[in-house]
Amino acid sequence: MTAAPPGLDAAPPGPAEDAPAAGAAADLAGARRTAALRSAALLGGLAAALVLAALTAAGVGAYPVPLPEVAGSVLHRLGLPLGPLPDQIAQTVLWEVRAPRVLLALLVGACLGGAGALMQGVFANPLAEPGVIGVSSGAAVGAVVVIFFGLSAFGYWTVILAAFAAGMATTLFVYACSRSGGRTEVVTLLLMGVAVNALAGAVIGLFVNFSQNAELQSITQWQLGSVGAANWAKVLAILPFAVLGCAAAPLFARRLDLLALGEGPARHLGVDVERLRMALIVLVALLTSAAVAFAGVVTFVGLVVPHMIRMVAGPGHRLLIPGGVLGGALVVVLADLAARTVAAPAEIPLGVLTALIGGPFFFYLLRRTRARHGGWA
Amino acid sequence: MRAGRFLPGGRRADAPPHRTPPGEAALTGRGLTVRYGARTVLDGVDADVRAGEVLALVGPNGAGKSTLLSVLAGDLAPASGTVRVHKRPLERWPVNELARRRAVLPQHGAVAFSFTVAEVVAMGRAPWAGTPAAADDDRAVAGALAATATAELAGRRVPTLSGGERARVALARVLAQAAPVLLLDEPTAALDLRHQELVLRIAREHAAAGDAVAVVLHDLGLAAAYADRVAVISRGRIAANGPPATVFSADLLSEVYRHEVEVLPHPRTGAPIVLPVR
Repeated sequence: MTAAPPGLDAAPPGPAEDAPAAGAAADLAGARRTAALRSAALLGGLAAALVLAALTAAGVGAYPVPLPEVAGSVLHRLGLPLGPLPDQIAQTVLWEVRAPRVLLALLVGACLGGAGALMQGVFANPLAEPGVIGVSSGAAVGAVVVIFFGLSAFGYWTVILAAFAAGMATTLFVYACSRSGGRTEVVTLLLMGVAVNALAGAVIGLFVNFSQNAELQSITQWQLGSVGAANWAKVLAILPFAVLGCAAAPLFARRLDLLALGEGPARHLGVDVERLRMALIVLVALLTSAAVAFAGVVTFVGLVVPHMIRMVAGPGHRLLIPGGVLGGALVVVLADLAARTVAAPAEIPLGVLTALIGGPFFFYLLRRTRARHGGWA
Repeated sequence: MRAGRFLPGGRRADAPPHRTPPGEAALTGRGLTVRYGARTVLDGVDADVRAGEVLALVGPNGAGKSTLLSVLAGDLAPASGTVRVHKRPLERWPVNELARRRAVLPQHGAVAFSFTVAEVVAMGRAPWAGTPAAADDDRAVAGALAATATAELAGRRVPTLSGGERARVALARVLAQAAPVLLLDEPTAALDLRHQELVLRIAREHAAAGDAVAVVLHDLGLAAAYADRVAVISRGRIAANGPPATVFSADLLSEVYRHEVEVLPHPRTGAPIVLPVR
């Protein structure tokens, strides 16, 4: 037995000695309040930008409608008789053509941004994204099968359900194959993505090859990613999945933070890691396949958006998840606006556009990750 | 240095329903056997981590120290044998209740994403979310930061820290958890002399406050100075177990480490000093 070093026998602290600790605790509480204010400001700003972007996008096009009239029309529909009303043709354009498209873009973006944030959390890896690791193309295979065979047992939900089943299977497969010893190596994960994307691409190519004209167009539109075929039925079909997924995602925020410490430490802090992982995989597959079912493969949104949020506000998931949802929605609404206006009257496919912007960003992330790991080997 | 001062206060409301009386085992392992393929890494090891004591696990590389600690922590399921925490088998504890009773410091504590030090240490309070003890969160975090001399790092992001700073932040997170059983896997490996002493003083203070502490150490001098009991592990078995003064004999250590070792009493304190013959 050894004596404790002098001056450090663990006598209970007196009130005087507690004072600095209490001060430090108050500092921590203060820092947390500041952070909470910053988070609220960021989320509020994103939400406001999203509303503005959606109204603007609804007004822009071959038949332009000024922003005040768009806002007025929306307010009237919501039962608030405020603002100017557009003419009858503009009303029809707004509500039959543009609104479903903008809303579909918004919901798809919310799903993709949320799925990206969750997936990076569950893999504890900033490069994980449904498109990159092949979950989107996996889900696409499910949807293509439904389109090819003209299945419609559950209406528009048939596509979602098939995409969900395939997306879920792909996520599980990638997850199981890219983990060893409780960790996901970056290289393994990315190579899995390469393999899965190649395989899914081959299967889709096979179906395209044997498709008739009508299916061909719809399958091609999908592979490239687009919300051009939006209508109200599709918006209503994706809505419950998007709302359910985006509402459930924040419930996992604190546990996802703990997962950043690694699986062992998360478990030691009281997280049921196995259950958390399963729940999150289901959620990611749900969000991804909802997006893929109606917009096809729109890549990199789930990669770029959470990364931006992290740069601005840090990696905490309590902000990252709602931020990813709102930011994803904003980005896809804007991207779709650009897709249909930049080369008007022609359209650039949405997925092509996001890949053009997201691709270089992915290169940058790859190089940075590589530098941090000191090479891949 | 205000090491560990938060401890009695920070725990007041958090204490689990039944604290282990000093001297009794809070965590026990019986007949623990682990095999990797044909190789037996642990061979029927018994281990008691007692309340009010620091238990040091020492031994040469590959002897099974860290394996034993991961079995005691529940990270690794033994091929046979049982680990009990407060007399209940490990696997029968709900994972969050176990987290309020036992904290674990892993050997490599990489943090994905660039959380701040304050955020990482606050993660140690996760088991108490939704309990009355959550009111103590800020105080426990501030206390853990002060104890590990990391308070001035609170606003820094973890990837910008040095290895030694990260190690202390990881320890702060474990201390903030305020669990009465502490399992520390080589907490001193990345640290300089001053911080090695700091970490083991913290371990001692927690033991003095009634915690059960097990710590894997490479430095036999540290083990001799700070541990109440030392378990010398050799080839998957406990070669000796007892107070450092009786366990640290030149013969035993020379045999276990397969290198000639001298043990001398410190001229002032009489504590054993272990030196390899050079």
